[in-house]
Amino acid sequence: MKPDILMIEDEPNIAEAVRFILTRDGWRLALHDNGLGGIEMIRELRPRLLILDLMLPNRSGGEILSELRADSDPALAGTLVLMLTARGQTGEAMGQADAVMAKPFANDELRAQVRRMLG
Amino acid sequence: MSPRSVTHILTGTRIRERRLALSRRQADIARAAGISPAYLNLIEHNRRPVGEDLIARLAEVLEVPADELASGREEARMAALREAAARAPSRGGQAPELEQAPELLARFPGWAGALIATSRRADALERQLVNLSDRMTQDPYLLTTLHEVLSAVTSLRSTASILVEEGELPGEWRERFHANLAEDSLRLSTTAQALVAYLDSFETEGGIFTPQEEVEAWMAADMPPIEEAADLASDAARALARDHLTRTETERAALPDTALAGAAEESDPLRIATRLRVPLDLVLRRLAALRPPGFEEAGLLVCDGSGALILRRPAPGFPLPRPGDACPLWPLYQALAAPQTAISAQVRTPQGREFDTISYATRSQPEGIGGPVLTQAQMLILPAKGAADGSGPVIGIGASCRICPRSGCPARREPSILSPRHDARGL
Repeated sequence: MKPDILMIEDEPNIAEAVRFILTRDGWRLALHDNGLGGIEMIRELRPRLLILDLMLPNRSGGEILSELRADSDPALAGTLVLMLTARGQTGEAMGQADAVMAKPFANDELRAQVRRMLG
Repeated sequence: MSPRSVTHILTGTRIRERRLALSRRQADIARAAGISPAYLNLIEHNRRPVGEDLIARLAEVLEVPADELASGREEARMAALREAAARAPSRGGQAPELEQAPELLARFPGWAGALIATSRRADALERQLVNLSDRMTQDPYLLTTLHEVLSAVTSLRSTASILVEEGELPGEWRERFHANLAEDSLRLSTTAQALVAYLDSFETEGGIFTPQEEVEAWMAADMPPIEEAADLASDAARALARDHLTRTETERAALPDTALAGAAEESDPLRIATRLRVPLDLVLRRLAALRPPGFEEAGLLVCDGSGALILRRPAPGFPLPRPGDACPLWPLYQALAAPQTAISAQVRTPQGREFDTISYATRSQPEGIGGPVLTQAQMLILPAKGAADGSGPVIGIGASCRICPRSGCPARREPSILSPRHDARGL
């Protein structure tokens, strides 16, 4: 079944905690742990929401987001994106995200943000 | 007031001060120096210029070294005083009386010197603070370590919240989260210790910035004139910068820009060297300095026979450690073992960036046949043009062991602060 959310996060314990709380809330979640192959995964799964870590091995979240926004498929390019960053990080890519959340975050804060974005 | 008139004021005032200190009359000094008392009076009141010959005669009569009265030294000290005045905080307090600076310099040279020295010290400290601030935001070791801390804290917070706030959990999940807590606590502890040790090292080194780092910052700023370069705070750095300029000019004369730019259509530096009939090591250094089309993002590392890096021009995306540290797997060090042989190798950083490198070492005996044999190696670094051609493996390299996540590295000399799980991610 198609997931609601795709999370690209290289820290497995963070990904596991997020998967637990969002799955408990009833969302279907898929995980990917690397910058490489991220775009292909988005194209294949077509999630409603992409939770994207900024600092990823091999390819940054910023690069992935820029490529996503430039995609020729408007539906894919318009995928909702929640960017996870360190507080104070800035960059062009941050402006392309629909929402930005600083690490460390409270679980309830993440839940509320996802609810706001997915309705 | 023009610099020239400032010079006159200073010189005249100093002549007068010196004469009064010796309790000598104007007429006596004037006669001994071969001028009229009226002319000396005009000089002492800074109404006439004083030539070098007259300065020398007056200095002899007044029993002081000529440079004590000479204009250049005073001019420099006057400029330093004005600079100190300009740097003085202006909020609320009385502004320095600039028009009386010549009198201050002449009558109280000790106090003037103390003021100049204090101002220069404040200036150096301010520059160091700015550099430190830059470093805190750009140092790859700090950035990597802080990212590790943040990741561990984020995981701990989310996991602990689940255990406390989510009510009953299936046994399997509870055990998994407890294991994650233990793992992240250990990681946080290790990383925090490494971070504290790193910050402590700033103090034990007596300052963060080596002359080499100052020169690197100066080179990154397109090498402004040495006297005006804010990055060159120490005498040692300025001496290194002068040496670099001299060497650069010598090498430019040996391989002019136009000749190199014309030959750089050929992408193989060895072919360029053959075509131009110049040594390959010169071509590598000149390509990194000129960065002609096709070599715009070239970086260069140069080391001596001990492996110590003596020149670092970073290539975008190529991780450089702090001075004194390096990755032993850089092809640069292979070249040391095989002088006069060009070594071409493709390398991959832990972040996945790939680079083509050409390394070459030379040997020399500058003190003659009985002198020591000196070896120097250089490695030109270029963004990889494509996938490896299959002629050799892509070498996995890093910046330094402490922040390198590669597992099972045969050259590792100290543990990485990055977690073992991070190691095993097939980097």
